[in-house]
Amino acid sequence: MTAIEDTVLKLDPEEARRVRQERLERIGRWVLPLAIMVLAIWLWDRICVWNEIPQYILPRPGVVLQTLHDDAGLLFSSLLVTLRITFLSLLLAVIGGVGLAVLFAQSKWVEMSFFPFAIVLQVTPIVAIFPLINIYINNQTTKLLLCAWIVAFFPILSNTTLGLNSVDRNLRDLFKLNGATRWQQLRYLRLPAAMPYFLGGLKIAGGLSLIGAVVAEFVAGAQGQSSGLASRIIEAGYRLNAPRLFAALILISLTGILIFLVLSLVSHLILRRWHESALKQER
Amino acid sequence: MKLEKVAQAPATASGEGPMLLALRNVGKVFSNGVTALSDVDLTIREGDFLSLLGPSGCGKSTALRLIAGLSTPTSGLLDWRGGIDRSNIGFVFQEPTLLPWANVFDNVWLPLRLKGVSRAKAEPAVMAMLARVHLNGFENAVPRELSGGMKMRVSIARAMVTKPRILLMDEPFAALDEITRFKLNNDLLELWQDERFTVVFVTHSVFESVFLSSRVVVMAARPGRVHGELAVDAPYPRDEVFRTSPDYAALCRQASDVLVNAINSTAGPHHDGH
Repeated sequence: MTAIEDTVLKLDPEEARRVRQERLERIGRWVLPLAIMVLAIWLWDRICVWNEIPQYILPRPGVVLQTLHDDAGLLFSSLLVTLRITFLSLLLAVIGGVGLAVLFAQSKWVEMSFFPFAIVLQVTPIVAIFPLINIYINNQTTKLLLCAWIVAFFPILSNTTLGLNSVDRNLRDLFKLNGATRWQQLRYLRLPAAMPYFLGGLKIAGGLSLIGAVVAEFVAGAQGQSSGLASRIIEAGYRLNAPRLFAALILISLTGILIFLVLSLVSHLILRRWHESALKQER
Repeated sequence: MKLEKVAQAPATASGEGPMLLALRNVGKVFSNGVTALSDVDLTIREGDFLSLLGPSGCGKSTALRLIAGLSTPTSGLLDWRGGIDRSNIGFVFQEPTLLPWANVFDNVWLPLRLKGVSRAKAEPAVMAMLARVHLNGFENAVPRELSGGMKMRVSIARAMVTKPRILLMDEPFAALDEITRFKLNNDLLELWQDERFTVVFVTHSVFESVFLSSRVVVMAARPGRVHGELAVDAPYPRDEVFRTSPDYAALCRQASDVLVNAINSTAGPHHDGH
């Protein structure tokens, strides 16, 4: 098919170069990062061998992989614990962030009054707040959820608020002209207009909720009260079990990447028909 | 100038229909101290195709927003007649101003939807309106898939779907290329002649205002005010033949003279025509 097109379409050198360039870029987008990754892992392995680094300091990649397989039961049950906190807190961050943003959007006064509180929550390091939460809340899950939520909700709140407030002025006039109620304006105009902003916030919050969950477990785990991946890391650290530490670390990273990819896909699917960010550039 | 004389007695101009709305001594001062409109007297009659023509800053868009109720006058009053009110108004903005996430059907449905009309109930009216603006078959396209002219057609269909008695248009074709603009001019006139609504059309193009309108009201800037009025007596329907006729050229020259005069009246404080 392309061969036929190539012969029919007589491209000038510049266009032909551009087509070649695009084809290369398309392949390179996947091949390059993979190649670099493979190279880095190979180098990691070589460095361990060349310098005769003991396993409890830096295990070879193969050993980590073997651990991932041998300790699968332990590690994956811990991963599930961490994932549960992550997704619950992300869900709560979406509900809380969007809910507060809609509340803020009802009146400039509400926004002016309460936005500073959200910022205070955002800028205070969660590790510093945790001891307080530990005093006030008994339930382990609630503790972790609250921590992860505090970390994750702000980008959703801030982005959605921005989106709700950045509706085209003429469209707002159009709704006013047609006698739209406040609810109709929210439902048919402001919420859809805020969607790209919300999804941008969601992508950030997805990663943050995982970080929040792990950090919360870390602090809680230090007191021996957690069974998530973070506590596996702490435990492995105490026992100088570096292979398991690396295996847990890799699981966390992969989970983060997966969350990001899924949320990116969701965002793309929702916006692909109309929003600039999801459109292929047409030249 | 004899043309300005007409402005002294606007009620005797080309009107046949009963009065719909009169702006009486309307003024608008913004909070930053700018006088957008000063002492505007203007009578709009049923069936008029009235253009507000003037340089930028003459308050023509402000006047339109006042009529639409998007803004309130600082002084003077708007005298509505004939049992008409704001719910009988359609508005077309300078940009198409469509919902980018909604398809053509949903965009045109919107005014009815806001009045509580269901999709099924609205469908005949929406489809009929889309046919009127020559967009049959495009109801599932989203705005970004349409050309500038087509987007403007959707915008006009949306304004007309509620069957308003008065259509306000704020430089709707200013951003379009000439060929598309001419086509939309023709189609708008056709629509107007079939449905006999009233149009107030803001433009800064002499040629467009003369081609479309039965009355051209020329405005001057700083402060925004009505400078003069020109009755365009050429009969409808107007088409490409009219667009190239000597009559049209002569009318454009007249309107242009009034406009130049209006612009000069602003340049110096005491240089008001002759």
